Order: sequence, then structure tokens, then C-alpha cells
Amino acid sequence: MSAPVIQLTGITKSFGPVDVLKGVNLVVNPGKVTALVGDNGAGKSTLIKGLAGVQPYDQGTVLFEGKEVHLTTPRQASALGIEVVYQDLALCENLDIVQNMFLGREELSQLTLDESNMEFAAVKALESLSVKTVKSVRQKVSSLSGGQRQTVAIARTVLRDAKVVILDEPTAALGVAQTEQVLNLVRRLADKGIAVIIISHNLIDVFKVADDIAVLYLGNMVAQLKTSETNHNDVIGYITGIKGSKETK
Amino acid sequence: MSEKLALNTGHEGTTRDQLASYFSRLKAGDMGPLPAVGAAVLLMALFSLLSNVFLTPINLTNLLVQSATLIMLTSALVFVILLAEIDLSAGVTFGTGMAIFVKLNQSSPNTWILNLLLAFVFGFAVGWFMGFFVAKIGVPSFVISLALYLAFPGVMLIILGEGGILTLQVPEVMAIMNGTMPLWAGWLLLALCLAATAAMSLWDRARRLKANLPVRPLPLLGMKLGGVAVIGAVIVQICNIDRRQGGLLSATDPNYHPIQGMPIVVPFVVVILFICTFMLDRTRFGRHLYAVGGNPEAARRAGIKVAKIRMTAFIICSTLAMIAGVFNVSRIGNVESGAGKSIVLEGVAAAVVGGVSLFGGRGRLAYAALGAFVISTIDNGLGLLGVPAGLNFIITGSVLLIAATIDALARKRAGGTLLR
Repeated sequence: MSAPVIQLTGITKSFGPVDVLKGVNLVVNPGKVTALVGDNGAGKSTLIKGLAGVQPYDQGTVLFEGKEVHLTTPRQASALGIEVVYQDLALCENLDIVQNMFLGREELSQLTLDESNMEFAAVKALESLSVKTVKSVRQKVSSLSGGQRQTVAIARTVLRDAKVVILDEPTAALGVAQTEQVLNLVRRLADKGIAVIIISHNLIDVFKVADDIAVLYLGNMVAQLKTSETNHNDVIGYITGIKGSKETK
Repeated sequence: MSEKLALNTGHEGTTRDQLASYFSRLKAGDMGPLPAVGAAVLLMALFSLLSNVFLTPINLTNLLVQSATLIMLTSALVFVILLAEIDLSAGVTFGTGMAIFVKLNQSSPNTWILNLLLAFVFGFAVGWFMGFFVAKIGVPSFVISLALYLAFPGVMLIILGEGGILTLQVPEVMAIMNGTMPLWAGWLLLALCLAATAAMSLWDRARRLKANLPVRPLPLLGMKLGGVAVIGAVIVQICNIDRRQGGLLSATDPNYHPIQGMPIVVPFVVVILFICTFMLDRTRFGRHLYAVGGNPEAARRAGIKVAKIRMTAFIICSTLAMIAGVFNVSRIGNVESGAGKSIVLEGVAAAVVGGVSLFGGRGRLAYAALGAFVISTIDNGLGLLGVPAGLNFIITGSVLLIAATIDALARKRAGGTLLR
């Protein structure tokens, strides 16, 4: 078992008088899917925004591959290899899949866009995730289904050599078959050695895909459990606060 | 060839497959330039039936020259329209720039090149000014450009003085719209166009092969080149026919000078269109322009400097508009206060006829230029028919509405979320 890629200790964050995170600990391992669950207002988004560098934490230490880092800008987080796929996916519908996957990081050769190399790399990235559902990589994103768009957004993080991929409610807007597709994709992402953090309200999905389940309750990390060693009722107990704190280190 | 890729890239298959997929895209509502091409063909057929002057070499060449100004202005506008912005002042900006140009020529006619350069500096500055207000302060482009649209005719009036009109007295600039090139130069231009098209395609092809990607069959490139060659040859040939009519001298007289050859403005237009298309299709700036037009938030999150792209687009628009101004003053021979006031909306109409979406991110420069040609054809044809000016405007408006409707219906059929 390799060392954790991310280790959060004693993370706090307040907005004025409101303490949103009250000393949160979290361990994220490479090649594993860590589900972050909790009720609305538990602090999931705040925890994620800190990792993404969008809203820096107030206190606590962040170890990235064993070294302490201070995440203050999205660019910095991205440079370390932390990528976030937000719920709205941030895709340009008027551009095709290749163009979206390289958006903002276009490769040049002979002073012009290197379309062929980008196209090849995009195909390879999609191939590595066993994506087969898109008709052509030169299809406009506007013609893709919700699941396919999610696929493109996730594949984009692979192209960027992400070490940690954070997925915010990736299946929230999807049907049954597409949810299945995306969950498979999440699994393959982890199998490539990437640490995946997935935020979800859907415990069925969580149990299907996650290796670890971290539960936030009112700003406290009340439990970080192995999926294989727990069950629905336990997790629901932690989410609703019926069960107390039991942190597994 | 290359190993089989797991996913298609749109380049696979034989010529027949490629054509089939093109037609299926057409059927699905992805019509590209077809509405504009259709309109152009239809209008030309209609006018040649209704007027026996329309198809004469002198009128067709005239149409080519006439459309140059609108094509340039439309090309300028495309840069901001692709961002879902608008520049209502592009016309009066070139009017004011040209007023500065002719005014400076009055006092120092020998430095006309410098004076012209100053007009372009003015265009650049106006673009920067507008871009600053739009990108940095957040004033809607409609409002800031409307403000300039209202203000610039006043500036022109002040520059031009009492009479409100000044004539251009620079033969070199007059020649752009009124001069012709030797007969061989037209053919040379066509050859260069073909060579450039072929070179670009083969360059892409070589790069794809190097990256182990499938390539389209060569016959397709042949068909493309053939199409350009035929259309180009017809245009060059028409321009090379002697269009001097009547007059006192017979064609056999030694003092007789035929009017023939391609208008000088044509290579200017071709080169500028080529450069702009290159910029939009093959550079990082162009890609980012489309991205910001499609989804500014996604572009921002991808690390694209959205404000910078907006500023640049406005600067390009106003600077390119100045070229339209040069064409305009060269053709008319003078600048009056209010120059460029009415043409800007024709430019917007032309872009829409060419399938450029006012909601940003969708459309191509070449098609917009075609749209400009359609609008110019209407102007020209109705002028020949002696239709009252009122009717002329009404018909232009109707064509715009029809083009926009066809486009909207086609996309509705295509479904998807780009229904806008």
C-alpha cells in the first residue's frame, strides 16, 4: 500500500461567526475512490473548495505526497495535480470533444494549433478509460448526452496528468444507464492510480464505487470507513448524527 | 497506414463515406454556408432574369467592388459577434478615421501614408476604448458602441468643418476601388489561392499522418480544389473581359483603352480574409475567442484570460473596420459627416445571413463574407431594376428574416441545446 496522496489534519474554516469546518481530518489514497458524504451544510463543498485552492483553509495542515503545502489559488492546486470536475462541468458546447479536452492548454507546433497531436492524445485518454460511446472525437459537445459530457470532463483531468480528481455530484443529473457508465469510469480512473474524491448524496452509488467513505456532520469528520467494513445503516447514522464520532486513522 | 484507433475522428472512410456523412449532417440541420450560397445563387438567377444588365461583365465586376466594403466590415464585426458582443459603432468609427485621414491630407498631402496610418491608430484606440469599457468595467457592448454611434457623427462634423464633406485626393487610395490589375495578375491571384488551399490541406494531412491519425481520401481535396478553381476561373475571366461600353472611339482605334482586369481591391480582400480565417481557425487566440463566445465561465476556469480576449476582439474589429473605411472612401471619393452610419447594420445582417450566431461562439468568417455578398447583390440588383429605395430596404430586411428563420428551423430540427 502506497503512502496517502493527501492528508488533511485539523482543518478549520469559518465564514464570520459561522464555523463550517471544525478540525477536519481526511486521508486520501492513490488508486482509491474516497466518497465524501454528509447532509446539506455539513461542509463538503467548503472542504473541496479548500483543496481546489478556491477558498483557502483557515487552519490545519495539508500534506500532499507527504509534503506540507498551502493551497491558495486554483492554479497552484492544478499544478500539483489536483483537478476538480464541478457539477456544471465547465464545457464549451460550441466546441468539439478534443477542443474541450485541451481548452486553455492547447498544444502548438509551427506556431499554429497542433490539432493532430491533440486529437491523438484525446483519443488515447478516452481509450485509457475504455470510453466507447462517443461517435467521433470531433463531435460538438452540444450533441452529447449528459453522461458523455461527464465523460469528457473526467477524461480532461486524465489529460492533465491529475493525481487527485475531485468529482462533485457526477451522477446527480443522470439516468440509470448513464450513471452506471460514469461509475465505471470513476472506477477505471482509480485503477489508473489516481486518487478520486467523489461527493455524492446517493448512497447506492457510493457503495457501488467507493473504497472509503468519509462522513461529514456539521463541520466534523465523524467517520472515515472502509466500504467493505460498513453498511448503509451505519453510514446513514453518521450522516444524520444519530451515531457519534468514530474516526479511523 | 496507421493502427486502428478506438474512436472515430471524422476522417475515416472512403470518399463515398465522407460524402454520405456530409449529406447526413446536412439532413440533420448542420447546413453550414448553404443558406447563404442558396440565397446568392437564387438572387443572381432572379436578377439576371429581371434585368438584362445584371449579368454583364461591367455590372458583375461592379458588384465585386461594391461588396468589398461590406465584406470587410462584416469580417470586422464577426470578431465581436463571435463573443456574443456587438459593435454598432464600427461604421462611424471608420467614418471618423477617414475624416481624420482626408483632413490631414489637406494640410500635408505628401505624408498621406502617415496620415492613413494615423487613421488606423485611431481605429485601434477606439477598439481599445470600447474593449476596456466592456471587458474591464462591464458596460454592455451594445451601450458603449451606441454611445460612440451617437457621438462620432458629431466628431466628424467638427473635423470636416462647415460643409460637412471633404474629397479624397490621393490617387493611390482612389486606385484601390477604381483601378484594375493586368490580365495575368488575376490568373496569378487564382493560382496563388489554389496553391495556398492545397498547401494548407497537405500540411494538415502530413501532420495527421505523422501523428498516426486517419486522413480523408485525396479525391476529396481534389474536389475542393476543383470547385475553387472553377469558381475562381469564372470570376477572373469575367473581370478580364473588356467592359468599356459605347464611347467615341472604336475598339480598333490606337487611342482606345479597354477597361479590363481584376479590380485592385480583390487581392486585398482575399489576403485579409485568409489572414483572419487563419487567426480564427489555427491559433490559440481564435480557439479562445470561440470558447469565450460559447461559455465564458468555462473558458475562465480553463485558465483563459477572458478580459484580454474581449479587449483584443474589439481592437481587431475597429482596426479591420478602418480597412472597410479605406475601401468606402476610395469608392465614393469623399467623406461626409455621418459616413458609415447605415452600413453597420447591413454588416450585422450579413453576418446573420452567413450563419454567424449573435449569441456567440458559432459561425465562420468565410460564410459571413458570403452573407455580405448576398446583401450586396440585393443592393446591386434592386438598384438596376430601378426599385424605389423604400422597397430596397424592405427586401433587405425580409431576406435577413428569411435567412435567420431557415437557420433557426434547421437547428431546431437538429435538436440539441444549441437552439438559439
